[in-house]
Amino acid sequence: MDIRAQLSMSFHMDKCIGCHTCSVSCKNVWTTRRGAEYKWWNNVETRPGTGYPLTWEDQERYRGGWEVSGGSLRLKLLKGPGKIRSLANIFFQPNLPTVDDYYEPFTFDYQHLFNAPAGDDQPVARPKSLITGEFMEKVVLGPNWDDDMGGSPLYASNDPNLKGLSESQKELLTKFHKLFFFYLPRICNHCLNPACVASCPSGALYKRGEDGIVLLDQDTCRAWRFCVSACPFKKPYYNWATGKSEKCIFCYPRTETGQANACAHACTGRIRFVGLLFYDADRIEEVAKTPDERLVDAMRDIILDPCDPRVIEEAKKAGIEDNWIKAAQESPAYNLFKKWRIALPNHPEFRTLPMNFYLPPLSPILHNAKADTGGMFDPESTEFFTAIDKMRVPVRFLANMLSAGNEALILESLKKQLAVRMFIRQQRVGDVGDAAVKQALSAAALTPKDATDIYRLVSLGTFQERFVIPETHREIKSTVDPRTIFEKRGSIGFGSKKTEIITGRQW
Amino acid sequence: MNQFLFGAMPYILLTIAVVGTIWRFTTNRYSWSSQSSQFLENKTLFFGSFPWHYGILTVLFFHILGFFIPSAILGWNAEPVRLYIFEIGGLSFGFLALFGLLMLIYRRLTNVRVKSVTSGWDVLVLIILIIQVVTGLGNALLYRWGSNWYAAAAVPWMWSVLSMSPEVGRVGNLPLITKAHIFNALIFFAFIPFSRLAHFVVINPYKYLWRPYQVVRWYSREPRTANIVQYK
Ligand code: SF4
Ligand code: SF4
Repeated sequence: MDIRAQLSMSFHMDKCIGCHTCSVSCKNVWTTRRGAEYKWWNNVETRPGTGYPLTWEDQERYRGGWEVSGGSLRLKLLKGPGKIRSLANIFFQPNLPTVDDYYEPFTFDYQHLFNAPAGDDQPVARPKSLITGEFMEKVVLGPNWDDDMGGSPLYASNDPNLKGLSESQKELLTKFHKLFFFYLPRICNHCLNPACVASCPSGALYKRGEDGIVLLDQDTCRAWRFCVSACPFKKPYYNWATGKSEKCIFCYPRTETGQANACAHACTGRIRFVGLLFYDADRIEEVAKTPDERLVDAMRDIILDPCDPRVIEEAKKAGIEDNWIKAAQESPAYNLFKKWRIALPNHPEFRTLPMNFYLPPLSPILHNAKADTGGMFDPESTEFFTAIDKMRVPVRFLANMLSAGNEALILESLKKQLAVRMFIRQQRVGDVGDAAVKQALSAAALTPKDATDIYRLVSLGTFQERFVIPETHREIKSTVDPRTIFEKRGSIGFGSKKTEIITGRQW
Repeated sequence: MNQFLFGAMPYILLTIAVVGTIWRFTTNRYSWSSQSSQFLENKTLFFGSFPWHYGILTVLFFHILGFFIPSAILGWNAEPVRLYIFEIGGLSFGFLALFGLLMLIYRRLTNVRVKSVTSGWDVLVLIILIIQVVTGLGNALLYRWGSNWYAAAAVPWMWSVLSMSPEVGRVGNLPLITKAHIFNALIFFAFIPFSRLAHFVVINPYKYLWRPYQVVRWYSREPRTANIVQYK
């Protein structure tokens, strides 16, 4: 057993209000530089929708992630004879998204509002490209261009996750009183089997052994751009001004000091949870090769129980400090993903073993159920769980997004969340009936204690309960001087020596 | 004049190349990049970058081969048929490179996005490269048979320079276009540390072929940046 620690973020999709506070705080801290304007290390997408960059999930087009071929794991990017093929494309990459797949960064000519000569018409601020500095005829795309466009024939109906939905389910997308949408906040998944790392010819990307954060060494990057193509989540971004790629750094200068990431800290909906996981690095390859149906279960298997004395002993042997072990035992990530089995990874079928987890959204079911029963939902109804199948957000759609197509896992999570609701409603209001609650809990394989704990964490969770981030022992490990963190605002977060912000070519 | 151009300048320019490269690598590794602009424009680039790189790398490969084993070139060329094949092959790769380079120049001049990330160094690099390719092609077309001369005259001169006793006479009487080709090559070397040409001095991509897919760095273990093998 090769036990290692991994920081992980979980998202409660039901609670995300799509306010983009997370994206903006991330942008303000890290990507306000020239060349980085178009980057959103954290972005929030409306689903169904095409996302950012456009249709990033379509790996026929971008060839991100891994595939199992002939019993071995291979980067999708390397169709053909292995790594040679990859290097052959070093001069031109057929699968690289270009700025038009994200959006052309723009500003507005505000000065014109003040300086325009007097005239009959109101002056306007025309959009200006931040790349060329020239006026743009119109802005055609932005980072959240399809925000709330749940029923849009242009965006929603081109969502790659709609594959395998029946015609009647697809119809929901267009019927005004039936359409649905929800939000998908995304950061880099800091995968256990990162495709970005595996694709970099320079070896600039690496996973940190201590906390699993995947970083991109700015001094080693030579702008070969393979990481951008290979990451199925499109989370490394190319800085067109400096000629270096950059990616989400999980706010490591903050997490090292025990603070929550900027996005998670700012989250208005309090939908985010950050915690520690222990995993067995010896089994990564085996897990990444598991067939789709069993993939999520295999991912749960590779996560170790931090309370198991054997695991604790191994962790100590591997040099993991006591405060890290304690944090792992209180980890919301462990509870949500493994213990309660209500959180699921985003697109596990890309086989990068992503380490961020999502609680599938539940709310639209109640609305639908209410309409079906013609009034208040009937908690006594035994139809209750079957209603999940009839809910507004098709289970198939969620399964395509969160469980490699395994609908049972989505249903399991939804049933559990529903059972917790009934359980708490019975406590608070008392109109559900003890028998129904008991039945719901046992059908969802939850104990009353679990239900209380889930409710406690996802509904009331305090800052300390939502973010259990152990401090790094600086006397033995130091990557960044905490006193320089403020100076690093707006930088790439890298290199303890560099304090200036680089905004363009030097040679 | 010859004495200056082919006796003294090689030392000055090569010293600039070596010292400059070390200096930039140790003081500003961050700036070491191929400065790809594919992200901003990738349609014309396809017709520029692929032909350019494959054309020039093939030609360069045979230059290097000739530098180390000139007898191989001379031996191969002893037979006229083989000489023709070799010359025509070289010429076509040269034209492929020229085509690619012209596309790249055209792209840089016409695309506004690419223009906005073009530095003065890029322009100089393109000028040096076009001179190099045109003089090389001119050589091959005007004066037969360049590959033989290269191995018989230029290579011994290069070795004489490296052994600190430049035999200027070996290249002094070559045609003007050939001398331009040789001298421009020296300028090209001197430019490496001061431009995006630095990406040409890369050792890391070749490592990729035998390194394991995954790279893990530990901060608390020694050596700090060891790659931990996870799987092949
Ligand atoms: S999400 Fe993408 S960038 Fe992040 S670790 Fe995984 S493969 Fe790499
Ligand atoms: S800040 Fe929180 S609630 Fe708002 S969009 Fe981001 S994840 Fe959703």
